[in-house]
Amino acid sequence: MSIKKISKVQPELFEFTSENLEKAKNEIKKYPKKRKASAVLALLYLVQNQNDNWIPLAAIRYVAVLLGMPYIKVYEVATFYSMFNLSPVGKYFVQVCTTTPCMIRGAKKITEICKKYISEEQNKLSENKICSWTEVECLGACVNAPMMQINKDYFEDLNESKTEEIIQKLLKDEFPEPGSVKNRKNNAPESGKTTLIEIKNA
Amino acid sequence: MLKDEDRIFKNLYNDLGWDIESSIKRGDWSQTKDIISKGKDYIIKEVKNSELRGRGGAGFPTGLKLSFAPKAVGSRPHYLVINADESEPGTCKDRDILRFEPQKLIEGCLITSYAISAHTCYIYIRGEYFREGEKLQKAIDEAYKKNFLGKNACDTGWDLDIYIHYGAGAYICGEETALLESLEGNKGQPRLKPPFPALVGLYGCPTIVNNVETIAVIPTILKRGSKWFASLGKPKNTGTKIFCISGNVNTPCNVEEEMGIPLKELIEKHAGGVIGGWNNLQAVIPGGSSMPLLPKNICETITMDFDSLIKEKSGLGTAGVIVINKDQDIIKCMARIARFYKHESCGQCTPCREGCGWMWRMLERMADGDASYKEIDLLYDVTKQIEGHTICAFGEGSAWPVQGLLRHFKKEIEKRSHEEPLIKKKTNIPYLIDQHLLEKDNA
Amino acid sequence: MPKIIINNKEIEFEDGMTVLQACEMAGAEIPRFCYHERLSIAGNCRMCLVEMEKSPKPIASCAMPAAEGMKIKTNTPFVDKARKGVMEFLLANHPLDCPVCDQGGECDLQDQSLFYGLDNSRYSENKRQVKEKYMGPLIKTQMTRCIHCTRCIRFATEVAGIPELGAIGRGEDMEITTYLERSMESELSANVIDLCPVGALTSKPYAFEARPWELKKTETIDVMDAVGSNIRVDTYGWEVKRILPRINEDINEEWISDKTRYACDGLLKQRIDTPYIRENGQLKKTTWENAKKTLINKIKSFDPNEVAGIVGDLSDLEMIYSFKSFFNSLGSNNLECRQDRIYINPEERINYIFNSSIKGIENSDLILLVGSNPRLEASILNARIRKAYQKNNTKIYSIGDPGDLTYPYEVIGSNTSIIKLIAAGSHEISEKIKKSKKPMIIIGESALYGEAGRYTFETIKKFLFTNNFIRNDWNALNVLTQQASRVGALDLGLYSIAKNDNFSFFDKLENGLFKFIYLLGADDINFKKDDKFIVYQGSHGDKGAEIADIVLPGAAYTEKNGLFVNLEGKIQNAYKASYPPGDAREDWKIIKDLSKLLKKPEDYKDINELQKNIKKNITIKNNINLKNTESVEFIEKEISIKPIDYYFTNSIARSSKTMNECRRVKKKFLFTGIEKAS
Ligand SMILES: Cc1cc2nc3c(=O)[nH]c(=O)nc-3n(C[C@H](O)[C@H](O)[C@H](O)COP(=O)(O)O)c2cc1C
Ligand code: SF4
Ligand code: FES
Repeated sequence: MSIKKISKVQPELFEFTSENLEKAKNEIKKYPKKRKASAVLALLYLVQNQNDNWIPLAAIRYVAVLLGMPYIKVYEVATFYSMFNLSPVGKYFVQVCTTTPCMIRGAKKITEICKKYISEEQNKLSENKICSWTEVECLGACVNAPMMQINKDYFEDLNESKTEEIIQKLLKDEFPEPGSVKNRKNNAPESGKTTLIEIKNA
Repeated sequence: MLKDEDRIFKNLYNDLGWDIESSIKRGDWSQTKDIISKGKDYIIKEVKNSELRGRGGAGFPTGLKLSFAPKAVGSRPHYLVINADESEPGTCKDRDILRFEPQKLIEGCLITSYAISAHTCYIYIRGEYFREGEKLQKAIDEAYKKNFLGKNACDTGWDLDIYIHYGAGAYICGEETALLESLEGNKGQPRLKPPFPALVGLYGCPTIVNNVETIAVIPTILKRGSKWFASLGKPKNTGTKIFCISGNVNTPCNVEEEMGIPLKELIEKHAGGVIGGWNNLQAVIPGGSSMPLLPKNICETITMDFDSLIKEKSGLGTAGVIVINKDQDIIKCMARIARFYKHESCGQCTPCREGCGWMWRMLERMADGDASYKEIDLLYDVTKQIEGHTICAFGEGSAWPVQGLLRHFKKEIEKRSHEEPLIKKKTNIPYLIDQHLLEKDNA
Repeated sequence: MPKIIINNKEIEFEDGMTVLQACEMAGAEIPRFCYHERLSIAGNCRMCLVEMEKSPKPIASCAMPAAEGMKIKTNTPFVDKARKGVMEFLLANHPLDCPVCDQGGECDLQDQSLFYGLDNSRYSENKRQVKEKYMGPLIKTQMTRCIHCTRCIRFATEVAGIPELGAIGRGEDMEITTYLERSMESELSANVIDLCPVGALTSKPYAFEARPWELKKTETIDVMDAVGSNIRVDTYGWEVKRILPRINEDINEEWISDKTRYACDGLLKQRIDTPYIRENGQLKKTTWENAKKTLINKIKSFDPNEVAGIVGDLSDLEMIYSFKSFFNSLGSNNLECRQDRIYINPEERINYIFNSSIKGIENSDLILLVGSNPRLEASILNARIRKAYQKNNTKIYSIGDPGDLTYPYEVIGSNTSIIKLIAAGSHEISEKIKKSKKPMIIIGESALYGEAGRYTFETIKKFLFTNNFIRNDWNALNVLTQQASRVGALDLGLYSIAKNDNFSFFDKLENGLFKFIYLLGADDINFKKDDKFIVYQGSHGDKGAEIADIVLPGAAYTEKNGLFVNLEGKIQNAYKASYPPGDAREDWKIIKDLSKLLKKPEDYKDINELQKNIKKNITIKNNINLKNTESVEFIEKEISIKPIDYYFTNSIARSSKTMNECRRVKKKFLFTGIEKAS
């Protein structure tokens, strides 16, 4: 993983909205009093939520001061974990898993579609500026391969036509229905259950 | 085949509802108070007798691990930490427990926390599982509402709080000490051992770290008895296990089966068989990407349990079964896994940091037929130089799959390799452009 | 004691030791990169692998606690193979640029690769390129060479106490940097250069100046503050090329401050290399003959009461002693080593030294700072306080707020009234001090100013004495002096102090009673020149020379043998590493010549006799003559800590380009107004 690109354009200031500040305080409360730093991941998520899915430098300082951490520590954390974006991503952020289980079920076709409709290169905004995509490592939904994550939701059991549909929707600023595109029941075999057939709640 | 009534996760596919009322109807939170009233020693002994082994990959005997927590609580509180980082490629079992059987996990947390004298439990979920975390949080809230958690949880006299902590995209945070670092707000870099977490763990306090599945099966073990659990599977490889069957099979799925089930049965019965038929099978990775692959001939007969797989120089790992058929380029498949490890290495210790990228680059060249024979031995040397020399088991995890490839598919690599490597002839091949420069923009 | 078997040899070890330490005791050398005995254990380089019986994997000896009965082997083929493997990985992405690397000749990687390196590289992929990182004016980076041992990060976080270095990213792309490549803030920052085992962090000012084997090395003493850090001065001809720390466990361990290390380029600039004399308002070059003759004629034309002498901050005992006897032979006692109205009670030695000792800080369980900012006044000593805080969680309190000290402390007030309360036992801190085993009170100059200083000092001393904290085995009373010459000058009686009149010299100076003033390297005293005749003797054309009528070129601290007494009262020898430029001369010789012209020969012939006389005159009593002090009437006054222009505290530092640059960068840094992370 190469060092993350840091946006050249940076806002001067960052501050939590009062609602997010409240949430941040609740996160901090989960941990012992002297261990506020534990909340750093949670707070960086809140920053991303508030700031169009990326973390500006001002927010790194803001979070550092809030948690009593040195800047460099928060900076280290923000660059270590792959889910933190240090430069803007699309309003719809498409992450395609390309690790082996997805790869052998055709992840490449999915990335081709992203290239075609969103942008030739990863992490570049689509022409209408609302969508960007990237390859990621295993997202932990291997029996639903190939799959991708858009913002917080998983889209599973993808094929070319369905993926195209999904991307088209995004580009029209609509959010598609998450889950299996084949309407498969979660992780059960597609052709029907082989176990738990007669089971009912008591 | 395992009888449905012996399956622990009856709502694996969410046919029955994951809300607390439905869960209770399936037997969750029954007898909890009775179990706890029998005392810590009883619980730990039952878990020991069940011969349950950790479901997180290493297969460490769970009862023994629980017994490592100091008996008496000193000045430092004890913690239970649930490892729900599930990032091993090929694995997606904990996800289903989190979203469809959360009460089993929560009940397990209460019983285990009591057994190790913890009043606080953190569940570390990988950040990508945001929706699963939402559901789990809802389940926790429901449990609080029913007084199953909090003060005098479930009327047991034990106080327990459970908090969810999200990771943020780092496979290494599944390693238990890296997970603790991450929980403390640091980069997820594994710690040196000793000391072990059971004595010096989260915030320097005694901490037990267990996988989601491990903890979620504990209530059922205690309810149905260790004898029942131990009667399933084979000695030392007891009970049931959720298998994730992915890759080139007709119907990939998760399924709970008895330990020791033949691999072939697993694939044919539950996953609809190999695409193109059994004879089209090339290899199977039996336990998540860290475990060495098995070629078809071994797959014919191998049974899925810790010890049988170790005999074949592989492992059950997380029981994430990745099936690779003959339509795939096996070297490319493994090169992609090597890339995964290169991407996920925490960078702390030398062999892993420098070795993972080296292996990946060599494998890519081998797949493309741009490596020399000599490099096959070099690749093996590199895996050997990583293995056993690192701070954490990531080193093995990255080296083993490559060793597996070399063990079983060396011929394939040799076929493609040249005596004279191409790189010496022309240097301007795209993959030789420094990868670092290539990747600068796609962080 | 528990026993361990190393290479079939049984040895005893102490509890808490690591396998690596035990191996060293057994004489088995263990290669290492990340391990450093003064830093926490990282165990990440994996070079120190050894074989342990029953372990299928080799173990990292630096991180493994030694245990009874362990069987360790350090010299088997198994171990050798493991280390060779690690070495190959370390070299895989390391550039092979030793010939142009400033670390060449003192590089751990270079040395180790002789033993564990393969003859040819099997790594045929493209090597990693890492962008240089800006870390400020002192540290040059070449991050492609970094082997990620994290020593620098651990030093900044643990010893210097400013967590400003970190490793960003992960895996093979991990990079060491400061937050957004800011300049390092710590006054100890450049120690990371010594710690870096390869050439990733090297000295910016020294870049490509010389190769280590071309330099003459002189072991001596630093004078940038009163700590007396032990240093090694490397010279090439006349020029001081660089200054490095020497280990002295009692004083600076193995660290030195950035000023100690880098003010040395000031030795080449602004030097006075010939005598000057003022004619028609202009300083003109002159001969030694003429300068000395004019001086003597002039001095004789004044009444001895009108003649005064001030000793500067960098003076050695030889200068001070000869200066004093010169004045005595004139019949004048108007001598002073203070350049400010700092209260000093010279009656007993314990009144002006740091009695608990620097090393003693580590054993203290409570520290009260009174009007002191040890971080800027004695950076190395401050690192000890931080160590105590880290090791024993020592509680630290302060009267007056010095700002970030690199460890937490509690400000309990900023007025002499707090001292009154403490003495009366009506402040909660009194109880805490009384209950502690080894408390320390550290009094800084800011608390000693003027008459209120007398109150502060005497009251604190009385409080400590009454509570039996001034004992032979533990003396909690500490004065933190900032000048290398101060304690020595007080030892030799270079002050004008009468009972109940501590500041007569300053009053006379202000009232214009002195007509002839001899500044012996004194640049920091404030007075009106008016019609006074001023002689300046020193090494640099700084503030003193500017106002002088006669300028005599002296030697800097690296250019002569000399004795210094540090703030704890330890006498140390400084040695001549270079020689004074041009016509400049060693200072005591200049003064001896002047005495000769006065026809009052000195009581010493040469430096040996001089040093013998000095030692006779300094009575360093081991046993304290314990006596109580009188009460002093309360004076209410604010104790505000005087701001210190850290990079500019003396004439050498002020002449240094590097110090100027550091100062500029720090100022700029403050201007950008980025809030401080707590
Ligand atoms: C690189 C690495 C990644 C790991 N990832 C996970 C993981 O995602 N989930 C998990 O439960 N255990 C993971 N483990 C195993 C844990 O370190 C630990 O053994 C486990 O959580 C213990 O739980 P168990 O005894 O219940 O299996 C990983 C180990 C390593 C070395
Ligand atoms: S083996 Fe890899 S992941 Fe584990 S500590 Fe070392 S560098 Fe980090
Ligand atoms: S010296 Fe032991 S791992 Fe570096």
